[in-house]
This record gives sequence, structure tokens and C-alpha cells, in this order.
Amino acid sequence: MNLLSIIRIAYRALARNKMRAALTMLGVIIGVAAVIAMVSIGQGASASVQAQISNMGTNLLFVSAGAQNVGGVRSGTGDNGTNTLTEDDLQAIQREVPSVSMMSPMVNSRSQLVVGNQNWNTSIQGVSEQLPGIRKWTIDSGEFFTEADVRSGARVIVLGQTVVDNLFSGMDPVGQSVRVMNLPFRVVGVLGRKGQDPQGRDQDDIAFAPYSTVQKKLLGTTRIQVAYVSAVSADATYTAQVQISDLLRQRHKLSGNQPDDFTVRNMSDIAEAANETNSIMTWLLGSIAGVSLLVGGIGIMNIMLVSVTERTREIGVRLAIGARSSAVKKQFLIESIVLSLTGGTIGILLGIAASLAIPMMLGWPTLVSTTAIIGSVVFSAAVGIFFGYYPARKAAALDPIEALRYE
Amino acid sequence: MAALLERQIPTPGAQIWHDQNLIEQPEAPAVIELDHIHKTYTMGDVEVHALRGVSLTIRQGEFVAIMGASGSGKSTTMNIIGCLDRPTRGTYVLDGQDVSQLSKDERADIRSQKIGFVFQGFNLLSRTSALENVELPMLYAGIDSQERQKRSKEALAAVGLVGREQNHPNQLSGGQQQRVAIARSLVNRPALILADEPTGNLDSRTSIEVMEIFQRLNREQGITLVLVTHEPDIAEYASRVVVFKDGRIKKDYQVEHQRDASEELKNLPPVEEDEEEE
Repeated sequence: MNLLSIIRIAYRALARNKMRAALTMLGVIIGVAAVIAMVSIGQGASASVQAQISNMGTNLLFVSAGAQNVGGVRSGTGDNGTNTLTEDDLQAIQREVPSVSMMSPMVNSRSQLVVGNQNWNTSIQGVSEQLPGIRKWTIDSGEFFTEADVRSGARVIVLGQTVVDNLFSGMDPVGQSVRVMNLPFRVVGVLGRKGQDPQGRDQDDIAFAPYSTVQKKLLGTTRIQVAYVSAVSADATYTAQVQISDLLRQRHKLSGNQPDDFTVRNMSDIAEAANETNSIMTWLLGSIAGVSLLVGGIGIMNIMLVSVTERTREIGVRLAIGARSSAVKKQFLIESIVLSLTGGTIGILLGIAASLAIPMMLGWPTLVSTTAIIGSVVFSAAVGIFFGYYPARKAAALDPIEALRYE
Repeated sequence: MAALLERQIPTPGAQIWHDQNLIEQPEAPAVIELDHIHKTYTMGDVEVHALRGVSLTIRQGEFVAIMGASGSGKSTTMNIIGCLDRPTRGTYVLDGQDVSQLSKDERADIRSQKIGFVFQGFNLLSRTSALENVELPMLYAGIDSQERQKRSKEALAAVGLVGREQNHPNQLSGGQQQRVAIARSLVNRPALILADEPTGNLDSRTSIEVMEIFQRLNREQGITLVLVTHEPDIAEYASRVVVFKDGRIKKDYQVEHQRDASEELKNLPPVEEDEEEE
């Protein structure tokens, strides 16, 4: 009695009850499809964050005032009352650290922008003229402000596309005047469109002005909480991070065991944090979907148990005409594995289809994961064996005389 | 119908017993030798002696009817002869092999190779064609696909079901279903066919038709048949009757005037062949 004959017997038995087989498989189909779709969404989000981060520039560094919080990377700068980062420090970084190519301080002010009877609340960032190079902004019309504007604290402003859309419907804003806190600013340029960031925030809802102007005219402070620094190349990022730290410690006269009163972070730290969040999300989504796969497996066991009872006479006949009980056991086990594997295969196709359809329908990025596919196949086979074993053993243990008499 | 049944199926090596007396000659080898078989069941605290020393020899080519009231031990004997059950004491030699103390798997193999079963309730697999039903014992015996097809078609032809190969049991009448079951019992070329109340679910005309097939298989192919029945008129189609009572053989005799099913069928009024179909 070879395995091939038993597989044939199992297939014939399943084919005799196609509707029931299909319904039994449904649980596994949905489970596997859900796992694959969920993991794809998670992986897609992860990949898109990675892409955005590398788009921002892998050679980007953040220097901020105050010590880094223990145990986590903070993505915001916050106003934690420290005033340890001065303009002189930043200029020294640019002047003395060879692996740094560009630097821009960043001071943030959230204000109302007014043009005629239109107004719009946005983030006005005070930066240096080097910012477009560091953050890879393009200029759509006009130009970015100059070093001279920064030095003189000129009231000039560069607007993001969203701001332009809301304040100047269709008009060219370059040369126009915008009022911020009752002070007129001259629009010198319009930024190119960047779209949404991975968190769904509108990156174009922004305006840039010289940091000196924002500090003096809008915030009334000389503090700098954070600065963007560009290393000469992606490979030089780590060197730059170390050199900046050394320079700042030296300038702040920190002795050997004193902690840093500033923080230097690079994009890979941030990428790592983002990745961690995403992988937690992926696991969470995947596990929830995994539960439905488990429920599908229990459905198979349920049907197989019912099937053993319902087919008691059939089992009796098989045993009477010469089937060994091991053959009956294998038959039921194979039926269960065939159900779960066929369900798994259909589920994989459905899951891949869903992963391809989601970006089109919901606009979420997805990435079909080979690991999830292999995992689903293995899991559904395991479900078949695990949940099929008990009913199969029950069938094999039947006594042919009793089974034949069963009504 | 009559035309179909009269088809001669030549089988190489088949012994044709035209004369009843030949069966009595000692050279016919014994297929079944039961020697002082005892069977005791324990039901709760009570011991039930189902068989109390049964000795019975059935030779090749015999057609034996086993009779008896319920509880007489005929079903237990049937189960032991069919290797579905083991005797508590005594020896059973089937086709020259002592099978009284074989394991479960060994008995399954014996059933596969040496015994064909026909049941009262037909016990065909539903939603499965007649051909596939007949193939089933060969699947378990590990016979290759071509041979399976060939033998199944032959067996279905032998029971007069040419052209019904693809019908499912629910598309066949009771008599036709029982004929499929007979075909199924034939395909592994067993030493013995055991029929347990094969006409219990059939009307009298269909019963005669089924008995006609058994008689023909017995006469033309020399197949040894053991038939369990409680109907005396059905037992008269057999050549020998064994009557059980209280776990013992009460009577064992040759039938003097064996009924001839094919003769009786000729004398019955003809029926429309298609009448019994769905």
C-alpha cells in the first residue's frame, strides 16, 4: 500500500464532497490571505519609511541642545530649557570639522500668515541659506534667500506649495508681501512640491525665513535648539558625528566623565527607530491575522471529526475490504493536509492579489514578503497535520464490525 | 436482462462444477476449516458465549448458506470466517493458512487478498461511480491503474452492468447496487465470497436476480460462496445449509432440490428494464 494510492483515495474522498471541502478550506484561505496582506502592509510601510529617510539624505545629521533622553531616540527637539547650543558653536562646526559640508540652524515658529483677506497658519522655520542643499528642497519659482539676507535679518520668506495654494489661489506669489505677526515679509521664492512624509504629514505646509529674522522678529530669542548638518558623504556621517561631539565637548569644556549637554544624531538612528515601530506594527497585524489562521485550522478539525462520524460505515467498508487501519489513518490525515494546503495556496494567491490591490484602492504602500508566504505554507501544512491527526486516529481506531453496523 | 445474464465470462483455470456430487469428492481442497471455535464476549460483568465449539469445513466450489435465529452465533461465525474477528479458542485455517491468531494488520491483508464481502446494505461509496466503487479493493491491494480498470470492467460485465460504469449509486436500483457490490467483492479474485444477508433489502424478484448471479459465479467460476440468511427460501439456492442454534451447529445438510434462479427468472413475467431507474 503505497502513499500515492492513499493520496489518490484521499483526493477521491474529498472530491465526493466538494462543497464541504470548499467551506472547510475557507477558514484557511482567509487566514493565509490575511497574514500575507497584513505583513505586506507592514513591510510596505517600512520600506516607504526607508525610502523617505534615504531621500532626506543619508548624510544628514541633527545637532540639538540638551542631552539625549535615555532609552529612546526623540525625533522632536522640544524646548527643554537648555541653552547650550550657540550660533558660535554651529559656525565652529562648519568651520573646523572637515567632514561637514553644510550647516543650517533651525528655529521654529508657528504663526499666522496673512495676505489680503486670506490667512493660513503654518510652521515658519528659521534656517540658513544652505538649507535647500541639506534637506534637498527644490525651488519652483523665484529663489531661496541669500547669506546676506541671513546676516542682515531681512524680512524675506520662501513658501511651500500648500501655503501658496491657500494664500495665493493661482497667483504668482514671488514679489508679493505676506504679513506675519503684523510684520510684512517679502516672498522671494516658492518651494518645489514634496508631498506627504511617511507619517502622512504634509511636508509642503511650511515656510522658510532667515533664522536671524525668525529669532529676532518672531520669537524674540537668540536660542537655537537644533541644527541640520550635512556630512560630505554618507560614509562620512559617523566620522562627522564623532568630530562634532569632540568639538562641542571641547568648546563646552566638558571633562572626561561629564555627560554631553548636546545631542548629535544621524538619520540611521532615526531610521532604526522608525523601523522598530514598523516591525512592531507588522508583528501585531500578522499575529492578529495568524489567529484567524488558527481558527481556520480548528474549523478543519471540526469538519474532519464530523466527517469521521458521518463516514463511519464507509470506514467500516474500507477496513472490511482490506484497508489496514494505518491506511485509513493516512487517508484522513492526507485529506486534512490537502484541505489546509489547498486552502493555503488559494490564500497565498488571494493575499498577493490583495497586496497588489491595496496600494491602488487605499494608497498604502505594500511589499509582498517571501517570508510571510513561506511561513503561511508551513503553517497551513502544520495546521493540517496537527488538527487532522486526532480525527484520523479516531477513524483508524474504529472496529470494522461495529463500523459496518453503525446507523 | 436475460440476454445480459446469459453472457459467458470465460475465466482461465476456472473449474466448472456441473455435477453437485463432485463437491463431495475429497480432492476438492478445503477453503475454510473451523476447528472447535469458541468465542466469548465480555459485556460488563457478564460473559456471553457466542460460539461454543464450532467445527466446520467448507471446500472449494461449495455454495453454503448459514442460517439461524438472531443470537444463534451465525453473525459471530461470519465475522470470524471473514477475518473481521478472532476466535477466543480453536483454530481457523483459511485457504491453507492458519489465521486464528493474526494481528489486525495481517487480518486486513488476508481480507484484501482472500475474501470478498457483500453486505445487506450494499455499502457502496456514495457520489462515486460504479467503476470506482469496484476499483476500491484493488487500491488497497496496490494493483496498478491499468489492471484496475480492466478488472473492474470485467467484474461489472460479469454481473450484467455493462454501460453502467459511470453511474453513481443513487442512479442505480437496489438490485443494481447489490450487483456493483458483488462486482467489488470479485475483483481481488478472492478464495471466498462472504455475503451477509445480501437479499435483506431487496424485493423478491431482485433477490432472485442476485441469487442467479451468485449461482452463476459459483457454477461457472467455481467461486466458494458463504451466504448468511434467515430466509429459508433464499437458502434453497445454496447447495448446502448449515443451521446454527445457541452457539453450535444444529444442522448441516446438502440441499436436495437446489433452486435454479435462472430457470425461475425465465418463468417470471418480464419487467421493463428502465422501470427501476430514477
